[in-house]
Amino acid sequence: MSTETLEKEVKEVKKSSEPLLSKKRKALLTNPLDEDNPITIQVLGICSALAVTVALKPTLVMAIAVTAVLVLANVVISALRNTIPNRIRIIVQLVVVASLVAIVDQVLKAYSYDVWKELSVFIGLIITNCIVMGRLEAFALGNKPWDAMLDGLGNSFGYAWIILAIAFFRELTGSGKLFGIKVLPDEYIGNGVMMSPAGACILLGVLIWVIRSRNGYVED
Amino acid sequence: MENLLNIFVKSIFIDNMIFAYFLGMCSYLAVSKKYKTAAGLGMAVIFVLGITIPLNWLAYNFLLKEGALTWISEDFASINLEVLKFIVFIAIVAAFVQLTEMAVEKFSPSLYNSLGIFLPLIAVNCSILGGALFLPTRDYEFVEALTFGLGSGIGWFLAVVSLAAIREKMAYADVPKPLRGLGITFIIVGLMAFGFMSFGGFELPFKNKEQQQAELEKTSQNIENVEEVSVANFSE
Repeated sequence: MSTETLEKEVKEVKKSSEPLLSKKRKALLTNPLDEDNPITIQVLGICSALAVTVALKPTLVMAIAVTAVLVLANVVISALRNTIPNRIRIIVQLVVVASLVAIVDQVLKAYSYDVWKELSVFIGLIITNCIVMGRLEAFALGNKPWDAMLDGLGNSFGYAWIILAIAFFRELTGSGKLFGIKVLPDEYIGNGVMMSPAGACILLGVLIWVIRSRNGYVED
Repeated sequence: MENLLNIFVKSIFIDNMIFAYFLGMCSYLAVSKKYKTAAGLGMAVIFVLGITIPLNWLAYNFLLKEGALTWISEDFASINLEVLKFIVFIAIVAAFVQLTEMAVEKFSPSLYNSLGIFLPLIAVNCSILGGALFLPTRDYEFVEALTFGLGSGIGWFLAVVSLAAIREKMAYADVPKPLRGLGITFIIVGLMAFGFMSFGGFELPFKNKEQQQAELEKTSQNIENVEEVSVANFSE
């Protein structure tokens, strides 16, 4: 008996002394970029992916905001994971996320008022962004803070590159600009469809098509 | 009354939660595989939006807005609690959803079986919180807020039911493999959004007198501006 427990302890010690960026942890960072992407594979956080991507600048700000909220929320929830009663965990998660979003909202309002105005309700909607809730439920509640932080970073980067790609095509074809600077010749007439929500939907559909035919993921 | 009808039609068709704002997309895509479940969740959304929007309106106007606390004492006129709006709104929504779930489970098991399983999903549905967050930007009266909530809910219901109906038929179509599931669904949603965009061209017939007056003034101002511009051009 005692040897068994000893062995267990030894194993646990070994686990905790895992290198800061072991193979498993690297996978936490890199998997969400492609084969486990939150938007194209897990289908989370679609609302903001479509709504804020009219131009690159607000999209970049949104990506940074989501990264900040997701990483911090993951760390906080995973630090509290043993003290949160199971029955009320959703409300606890919502309160933690809502407080973080309130902070992000105030910071943006102070330092980048134009973008804050443009994003309007979508900053607030980070609270119900499924990526945040989904990662908290699926990962942070069962893992240590450092792993949770890496997972948060990986997933928010996976989210960020997709919405930046959509915004790139939408802004380029919709108004011939990138980050508000004209790059296409003046003769180019903006394609109104790409500025509209419907165009975003179709663009995302095509993007998913391209990514999935590359990594071979098939839904049944 | 006419104003209410305006808000109602507008929130169902023109400012549809899904097709104009993309709110509640996650659950929209997740539950629209079968018509029956889609209808169930749609009903639950109408119910929850119809009640939480007025509740949040009360919270906003009597607690959070600048000067909203004057009903307690005149000293509070300068207090602005809008920073707390996210926490208050989401707490109201989550608490209400939890309460309804428990009440429905206790008093009407048959309703619980058809609707109750969707209720926890709704607490994190963006359209509920999104609707609440639109309140501070629009000056609604209480009844108007109620109409807006119900209308948005019905708009969401229509959207989810129609997508589910299309997807049930899609099962018989031969879609390219990588496009199957999510990809083709997005393209369908895009096409549906094109359809709903045509509602945007509607002129709402029910205008109150103030709005008509405002529009008249606007057009006459425009005409004046045009005249000024042309005069300026001419003198150059």
